[in-house]
Amino acid sequence: MTMQGEAPAGAGNPAPQQAPARRSIGAVLAAPVGLLAHLLDGPMRFWQRLAGRGGMIAFFLLPNMAVFALFVIVPLGINVAYSLSGGTQLFLPSRSFVGPENFARLLTCDNHLAPATCRDDLFWIAVWNTVRFVALQVVVLVAVAMTTALILNRSIRARGFWRAVFFFPVLLSPVVVGLIWKWIFQRQGLLNWLMVEMGLDPVNWLTDRTWAYVFSVGISVWAHAGFYALILLAGLQAIPRHIYEAAEMDRTSPARAFRRITLPLLWPNLLVVIVLALIRAVQVFDEVYVLTGGGPGTSTMYLTQYIYETGFASTLRNPGVAAAASLMMGGVLVVLTLAQIALTRWRDRQ
Amino acid sequence: MKRAYLRGTAIAAALSFATGAYAADEVRIMWYSDGNEGEVVADLLKKFEEQNPDIKVTLDNVSYQVIKEQLPITLEAGDGPDIARVTDLKALADHWLDLTPYLADKAYWDANYGEQADWMRPDGSQAITGFMTQITLTGAFANKTLFDQAGVALPAAGSTWDQWVEAAAQVAQSQQSPAAFAMDRSGHRMSAPILNYGANYIGQDGMPAPVDAGAKAFLTELVGWTEGGQNLKDVWVSAAGASYRAAAEDFINAQIPLYFSGSWQISNFSTKIGDTFDWVAVGNPCGPDGCSGIPGGAGLVAVKYTKNPEAVGKVMDYLASEPVMREFTQRSLFIPSNAAIRAAGDLKYETADPQVQPALDAFNADVKNLSPEANALPAWKWASAYYTALVTRTGQAMAGEMSLDDAFARMDSDIAEQVAQAGQ
Repeated sequence: MTMQGEAPAGAGNPAPQQAPARRSIGAVLAAPVGLLAHLLDGPMRFWQRLAGRGGMIAFFLLPNMAVFALFVIVPLGINVAYSLSGGTQLFLPSRSFVGPENFARLLTCDNHLAPATCRDDLFWIAVWNTVRFVALQVVVLVAVAMTTALILNRSIRARGFWRAVFFFPVLLSPVVVGLIWKWIFQRQGLLNWLMVEMGLDPVNWLTDRTWAYVFSVGISVWAHAGFYALILLAGLQAIPRHIYEAAEMDRTSPARAFRRITLPLLWPNLLVVIVLALIRAVQVFDEVYVLTGGGPGTSTMYLTQYIYETGFASTLRNPGVAAAASLMMGGVLVVLTLAQIALTRWRDRQ
Repeated sequence: MKRAYLRGTAIAAALSFATGAYAADEVRIMWYSDGNEGEVVADLLKKFEEQNPDIKVTLDNVSYQVIKEQLPITLEAGDGPDIARVTDLKALADHWLDLTPYLADKAYWDANYGEQADWMRPDGSQAITGFMTQITLTGAFANKTLFDQAGVALPAAGSTWDQWVEAAAQVAQSQQSPAAFAMDRSGHRMSAPILNYGANYIGQDGMPAPVDAGAKAFLTELVGWTEGGQNLKDVWVSAAGASYRAAAEDFINAQIPLYFSGSWQISNFSTKIGDTFDWVAVGNPCGPDGCSGIPGGAGLVAVKYTKNPEAVGKVMDYLASEPVMREFTQRSLFIPSNAAIRAAGDLKYETADPQVQPALDAFNADVKNLSPEANALPAWKWASAYYTALVTRTGQAMAGEMSLDDAFARMDSDIAEQVAQAGQ
């Protein structure tokens, strides 16, 4: 007890003062949020009593659902309305209702495998071009991504640098990708300059149907492989090392280890990569459009370009047919997306 | 206190009245440029504002892509600028304002711009919706330096396509050019030789006629020249659908001896070629039925959704007046659209490039020799449908995707689909 007028105990040898508690920047920033939460606590409890648990869930989902409806459901509805309309007007209320006529125009064919027999042959040319593109691009893309991931998973020198190099094209805008490769492949491009310097005859690469197709697949693989390689690399790094060590002790060959250990354990990641690559390949447009413009002829005109040209770029726009084609393409994408969801669930159960 | 309040209110009311009285009417012009015409019109509009302080004119310089793709959508929504510079004049004619009640002298407009009035108004209408800022004409350019170096004489006026292609092929062989000639990938451009081969797109009833023997004859030649390497393949084959591709850069880079395009390239060539090589405008190579070019150009039209039609009328009157059009034409290096200026034939183009005046003189002379079929096309509402089908299917035939006979059949069915769509 300290008597009045007496010096406090230890005054001649004061104890070190306790430093004031430091507040982190995060705590300072969170303070107003905490205050707001405190203020809202009462009204929210009251609202919860009124609305019940289910009502609260709906209440919190409402903002997200409103944004989703505004930017997905409403445009989808408008697209459906356009697909059922005809005429040359662009403004929907000025267009006439034609029912399924636009779908009939796209689907009328004597033989769907022969676009020349179809009423809208360009649509079916685009469909089959897309199928050919997807078939080759997905296989090559997955193979390149897998090889890249396997190499980057090894202890090589400057591994971080090489990872950045392979991922770099993913960061480029598709238009930039298309332009870079166009400057290389065009008649007066870098590749022909090199060939002439080496004493070879220049080749008009982009007017050759086969080369244009090969290059459209090639630059698409170049632009996207880094992203898929990253997914596979993450999968590879999740495989426990001790399994490989045990295999090594059993003198398992690297090829057999890949077949019996890597592939089965990587399979869930691989499935996701394949489905994502399929979805992206069906949507191919920008880099190929810049590179080839869909040519030579229509040999690299894919489905999205058909929709773009029909609905927007042509002097005679036909938004009804473009909307119908985009809905059909959307149907394919929905199937692929459902497949991805199913596969992801299956993977989670494994 | 009450007196102070009243005084304040009175001052505020007077100020707002004054602001209202002197608020300028605003007129927005959406403008695109091929060359320097945007700068020229900006100068001219400054003078207009000095003479008309009650009207403020805002010039929105946009790319041609915006005019082509975004303006039609804005117009469909009942919105848009007050005035726009447009090439797709007929297709959008329902959106243009009839300026007749707002013009100072209707007779002046009829006399000087009446010839092209139908290009920019709905069929059967007598409205005055605007005027052409310039007339363009298809035509060919030759790289005279390449011809001279090859020792090949330029074919004389009146030479046929075959003669021109043959001469240009000799030059290409001698100078190791990748092709003898190039033509823009455009239905408008290819239609000039097609009509000169005797074709007619317009049927008796004003509706599209089937692709006829004249069209088939030229298209067969053109596809043959492409397969044979005389026509620069890149321009036509390296694109799908009706995509537009110009071959101007190949001509500017001296890659081709002969280039078929039009008068609007003159300013471009003057700027980019300079004195690198000599070039000349050689008009339209002839076909069996004539040597006509196809006219066209950009028109300045008033938009009917404007809130200031009187002010728009004043701006249009000013820009269409003879002295203003004379200055605009001479500085922009265009073929004049004003009939009086064209008839006077005394334009002194403002350029230091000695190749420009002869080229423009050549095109000015050609304007007087247009065939009736060519003259009818800009005012024909189905021209775009025809052009689109021609380009799409010819491109496929050139790429070897379909035979010419199949291409001709598809052209007819494509045009029929377009007509049916418009009728829905």
